[in-house]
Amino acid sequence: MLEIRFHGRGGQGAVTAGELLAKAAGREGKWSQSFPKFGVERRGAPVQSYCRIDGERIKIHQELYEPDVVVVLDSSLIGPVDITSGLKEGGKVIVNTGKKPEELELGSGFEVYTVDATSVAMEIMGKPIVNTAMLGSLSKITGVVKGESLVEEVMHHFGEKLGKTNADVMMGCCEKTLNGD
Amino acid sequence: MCTGVSGQVHKNGDGGEVGDIMKKTIEGSFAVAEVVKNCSPDVVACFPITPSTHIAEELDRMYTDGKIKSYTAVESEFSAISMLVGASAAGGRAFTTTDSQGIALMHEVLFAAAGMRLPMVIVAANRSLSAPLSIWNDHQDTISERDSGWIQIYCKNNQEVLDSVPQAFKISEETNIPVMVCMDGFYLTHLVEQIDMPEEEMIEKYLPKRTAEYKLDPENPITMGMYAMPTHYQGFRMDLHKDVINAGENVKKEMEVWGEHSGRKYGNGLWEEYHAEDAEYLFVGMGSVMENAELAIEKMRKEGKKAGLVRIRCYRPFPNEIVESFRGKEGVVVFEKDVSMGADAPLYAELSSVAREKGIETPLSSFMGGLGGKDITVEHIEEMMEKAKEGQVKMVWGE
Repeated sequence: MLEIRFHGRGGQGAVTAGELLAKAAGREGKWSQSFPKFGVERRGAPVQSYCRIDGERIKIHQELYEPDVVVVLDSSLIGPVDITSGLKEGGKVIVNTGKKPEELELGSGFEVYTVDATSVAMEIMGKPIVNTAMLGSLSKITGVVKGESLVEEVMHHFGEKLGKTNADVMMGCCEKTLNGD
Repeated sequence: MCTGVSGQVHKNGDGGEVGDIMKKTIEGSFAVAEVVKNCSPDVVACFPITPSTHIAEELDRMYTDGKIKSYTAVESEFSAISMLVGASAAGGRAFTTTDSQGIALMHEVLFAAAGMRLPMVIVAANRSLSAPLSIWNDHQDTISERDSGWIQIYCKNNQEVLDSVPQAFKISEETNIPVMVCMDGFYLTHLVEQIDMPEEEMIEKYLPKRTAEYKLDPENPITMGMYAMPTHYQGFRMDLHKDVINAGENVKKEMEVWGEHSGRKYGNGLWEEYHAEDAEYLFVGMGSVMENAELAIEKMRKEGKKAGLVRIRCYRPFPNEIVESFRGKEGVVVFEKDVSMGADAPLYAELSSVAREKGIETPLSSFMGGLGGKDITVEHIEEMMEKAKEGQVKMVWGE
């Protein structure tokens, strides 16, 4: 089972990112779960959402404490929020930032990747919406779902016009992801 | 297949062919709204209280889109359940959904609906009661309505909720007793996962149109819910009590029939066992935490520990026969997400009383926990089982 935790701020689409990922996995015939960190929703406040993907039905009904992958939609959360909390040894962190992975000084024992998703989104969409963008990077780095499945799900979720823009942002980020290794 | 993922594969809902298992990836609440639609209700009335779920919101949208016959956004849960009383008295199929405080506000009318013998279905998203204010999960809201005369079914996952809603309508309309389907708030309501949606065609075959034995009809006027003198009141209430007990047979029967239609069954309808037969220690409880318990049992079995579980699905009527599975065991852990202030925990107290009556000497341990969303993990369940090995305990899990 692969467990993924998304960090964002209320309104940035972290919950939607988890849902799109779970649904894309479903399209591939995999079993998945996604759910928000149970709490009160406020715009701008730090939020988390979770996704689990497996080859068998997922029985577990508890919060996600030890992720394999952490996706950070907003780098201003690094510091105020312990984004690597519980991250498994050898796990992966993907951060939306213009910085290089080593500049983030997140610690050791896991792989760090960065992508300037905000710039890509601004360039293509004209809006700093990065949740679908980060899914592109996630797909490239982990291969947990195929890019095509994500595109199909994004098209289904947002409809043709907005879906196409989001898909373009996603594929753009897929190309521009930097590896810290 | 890819990183960290391998094993069996299901067919997805968009690409599957006829005859394949058609899985859909959908949030629990949206899925419930869809299965309710597929049960063709005549009247749906809801008040989207805070906290709410997407169930009411989606049913409202379905009405706007012409997919269900009616939806009324009433001004409170008291009005929602009152509207259902009227709809059911007139012979209609009636549905509502609510959470925590909303159930508490319905309290008075829940008793009246059951007393008037009016079939209807509530999907209750289980959440804590105030105070302190909390929006998180536990079972206090519906457990507090255990004496109302409603049948109560607690589900372990979203698929079971979807399978239980059509059964609930059928049981309710056959027995003239209202049914509450209990679904863990957040853990199930907010969970996106794969489900197999019971479609309208299948439900149509399973669930006939309601034919009310008696109903409000201007041509043949009758009175419902009138007052009863001391000579009659007790008789009415005891009739309801007996009928709720007997409804256990309907719950069992409908699980069989639904199993034939859908290919899915949950134990005998009243309870479900997992590795219970040869177990030395049993874990007993209700709701979604019981799937964590299944994982804990699997883990313990691998370590050579003889652990099993018994999940109570139908809490009202209370399945007294369940205690037979305790006979000869070393110990039983009873876990519940509720408190009866100033007394033993309800589930533990009821199981202890029935076990004693049947001469079962297995020690029962009581664990109350998971209140207000306190997460109960697989590891916690293993720890409770270990704790009970030291002897009979009564404790609160997690201070």
